[in-house]
Amino acid sequence: MFSANTFDHGVHPPDYKSVTNGLPIRRMPFAERLIIPLAQHTGKPSTPLVKVGQEVVRGQPIAESNGFVSVPQHAPASGVIEAIQLMPSARGPKVESIVLKVYGAATQQTLYDNPHNMDKLTPEQIVQAVQDSGMVGLGGAAFPTHVKMQPPPEHKVDTMVVNGCECEPYLTCDHRIMLEQPHNLIRGIRWISRALGVDQAVIGIEDNKLDAAEALKKLLVDDKQIRVQVVPTKYPQGAEKMLIKSVLGRKVAPGNLPSSVGVSVFNVGTLTQLGELLPHGRGVIERVVTVSGPGVEKPGNYLVPIGTPVSFLLQQAKAKPNANEVIIGGPMMGMTVTALDVPVTKAMSGMVVHEGDEHGPKKPPAQPCIRCGYCVDACPMQLNPSMLGMLASSAEYEPMTTDYHLNDCFECGSCSYVCPSNIPLVQYFRIAKSVIRDRAGAGL
Amino acid sequence: MNIKTNLRSSPHLKQPVTVPQIMRNVVYALLPVCAFSIYAFGLSVLLLMLTTVLTCILTELLFCRLSNRPSTLSDWSIVITAILLALTLPPGFPLWMAAVAAFISVALGKSLFGGLGYNVMNPALVGRAFAQAAFPVAITTWSPPFLEGRFTEVIPSTLTPAFMQPIPIADWLAKTSTDAVSGATPLALQKFEQITTPVNEMLFGLTSGSAGETSALLILLGGIYLSVRKMMNWRIPVAVLVGAVVVAAPFWLMDSGRYPDPLFVLFSGGLMLGAVFMASDMVASPVTPKGIWIYGLFIGGLTTIIRLFGGLTEGVMYAILLGNVLSPIISSYTQPTVFGAGRKHE
Repeated sequence: MFSANTFDHGVHPPDYKSVTNGLPIRRMPFAERLIIPLAQHTGKPSTPLVKVGQEVVRGQPIAESNGFVSVPQHAPASGVIEAIQLMPSARGPKVESIVLKVYGAATQQTLYDNPHNMDKLTPEQIVQAVQDSGMVGLGGAAFPTHVKMQPPPEHKVDTMVVNGCECEPYLTCDHRIMLEQPHNLIRGIRWISRALGVDQAVIGIEDNKLDAAEALKKLLVDDKQIRVQVVPTKYPQGAEKMLIKSVLGRKVAPGNLPSSVGVSVFNVGTLTQLGELLPHGRGVIERVVTVSGPGVEKPGNYLVPIGTPVSFLLQQAKAKPNANEVIIGGPMMGMTVTALDVPVTKAMSGMVVHEGDEHGPKKPPAQPCIRCGYCVDACPMQLNPSMLGMLASSAEYEPMTTDYHLNDCFECGSCSYVCPSNIPLVQYFRIAKSVIRDRAGAGL
Repeated sequence: MNIKTNLRSSPHLKQPVTVPQIMRNVVYALLPVCAFSIYAFGLSVLLLMLTTVLTCILTELLFCRLSNRPSTLSDWSIVITAILLALTLPPGFPLWMAAVAAFISVALGKSLFGGLGYNVMNPALVGRAFAQAAFPVAITTWSPPFLEGRFTEVIPSTLTPAFMQPIPIADWLAKTSTDAVSGATPLALQKFEQITTPVNEMLFGLTSGSAGETSALLILLGGIYLSVRKMMNWRIPVAVLVGAVVVAAPFWLMDSGRYPDPLFVLFSGGLMLGAVFMASDMVASPVTPKGIWIYGLFIGGLTTIIRLFGGLTEGVMYAILLGNVLSPIISSYTQPTVFGAGRKHE
């Protein structure tokens, strides 16, 4: 039951990665306006350093971090600050953002530098440098990276796990990054593990990206610190707890952080950018986004300036006129947007566009649960989604958390994916969680 | 960009398997069993099946209309109920009684609970249990397979007029059957006369018995097909069979003259049909991995106990019905352990 080298349960959706996994990363031009939300990360929003009407150069800090769990923002292009106001975001509510009007002839070169000699920096200085770069988990978590580099003192971290799984269908940005910039990735791993004080790093890569695994292995022959471990392709292999189990056999207990089993997990995209940015003291101003799906004519892996509106991405990737669904992120956990003026943020790894009737948009109506147990066999957290679903549909939310561990659900979507009755289980769970949160907030 | 997009909740991909597809595959898996049954028992079984299928469909339509639910015929589950019911009845079962049992199956076993997904017990067995209580003589009147002329004439009891007791078939049997086989089933022979029918005869369906329980081999093939397609949990039939053998073995070891050997237990009566196609009914079985084993072992063990010590020759029906009723409790006591909880550092 406890198979080595992977986790239990999980699902095997079609991966659709061949659409873009052979396409090299290409730079996307500047949109006319960039929208940089002050909160693209988990934690406190950053504080603007610029005024409306002020000119900025590409790479210059335009907002500073506001406390420890917060990161600064940098200007993705040279231009003039047009406004600092509420703007739409992919998550729904409007958020305070800096609107940057890009100069027509703005250069793609980064004009801001604050060089460090990385070999001389102390661990504390590296953590500071990471915070100054505005880095967050680029895999989609958007949690400030420097916070993860300082685990609670009672936890002794001995291993860094590098997440190169990219288990979401369609997405290939991490795959291309590993193929094209392995040196930056390895540099990033060395610096961050030095700051963490760990001497062991494991790069976990799914076996549908063997070329990337081979490329890295070639550079790491005889390396005592970093090893590459190929893991079976299975969704959600890239989930933190699943990957730790797969590559190290350690299980993070419910409600605990990876550091409780001596592990810190970082995404390959995050470490690669750090490998590139840290020596220059530069900030995150662009990221690789996979644009794919049947709804675009020019799918690809694009290096996109942060703040680029989704509509501009759609234009560049030549969205078909009958495109009817735009997913931010991957198709398993991503969210659809209807407002196409929302910007690309640091945590956005992909955009999947569907057209016409493919995969919906009409979902077939939900039928009664027949207790087939598919969801129980799919849930990577070993919950009982069938029971949770029944409780949710009768609005019995409290027992869902107290008796059936709803809080351990990280909404990977495996249960909804397999349900033959088309019951939107994950959606039920999100509703249940928010109702429970609201009740707790209201003191009920 | 002039695109109108939709708002939906993730995940945006969906495995293509649907409930009607699962149910349809169960019907496919049952077809060889049906075909063999018709081949072995002739016209009577064909009529029996047509009667139950037709009655079940009409009952479902009636109840959907009464409760203002959309028709659920398209999910195929009603056809499974009808076929399974027919397969559990004696080949010469009077058609009017079969129609009553079929009505009870759908009405009491399913519709009153709220239809597919809400039934507590296997609907076919609810109908079968009703028939057992209401028509005790007819349901224990067996006729042997492979009678000559089975494709040209029906067993006389089949056409019993409505609300009448079945016409005795002993005289008819004596007339038709060249080698004067009795209609006694292997289970009855074993229990009352200590005659053990050879396993190979039961495997290939050469014995008397219910319409569908006779060929263990075809039932197993159907089960393997469904398991391979992941449309049935293979653990349930395996657990039922293991449970039956485990309980039967010690008694046989103590007194092999009186008690049947485990192989006989495995292949006689309705155990195979019950284990593969009825205990495995998704709706009425537990969902938790541990619960499934407990449920299966319980049904298997109880079947053997009823067979050995009860007044009836067969126990699989009551064992499954009891297992069905217990399955919510079994489920709630066997909740899976959350990832990372309990044992540390595995």
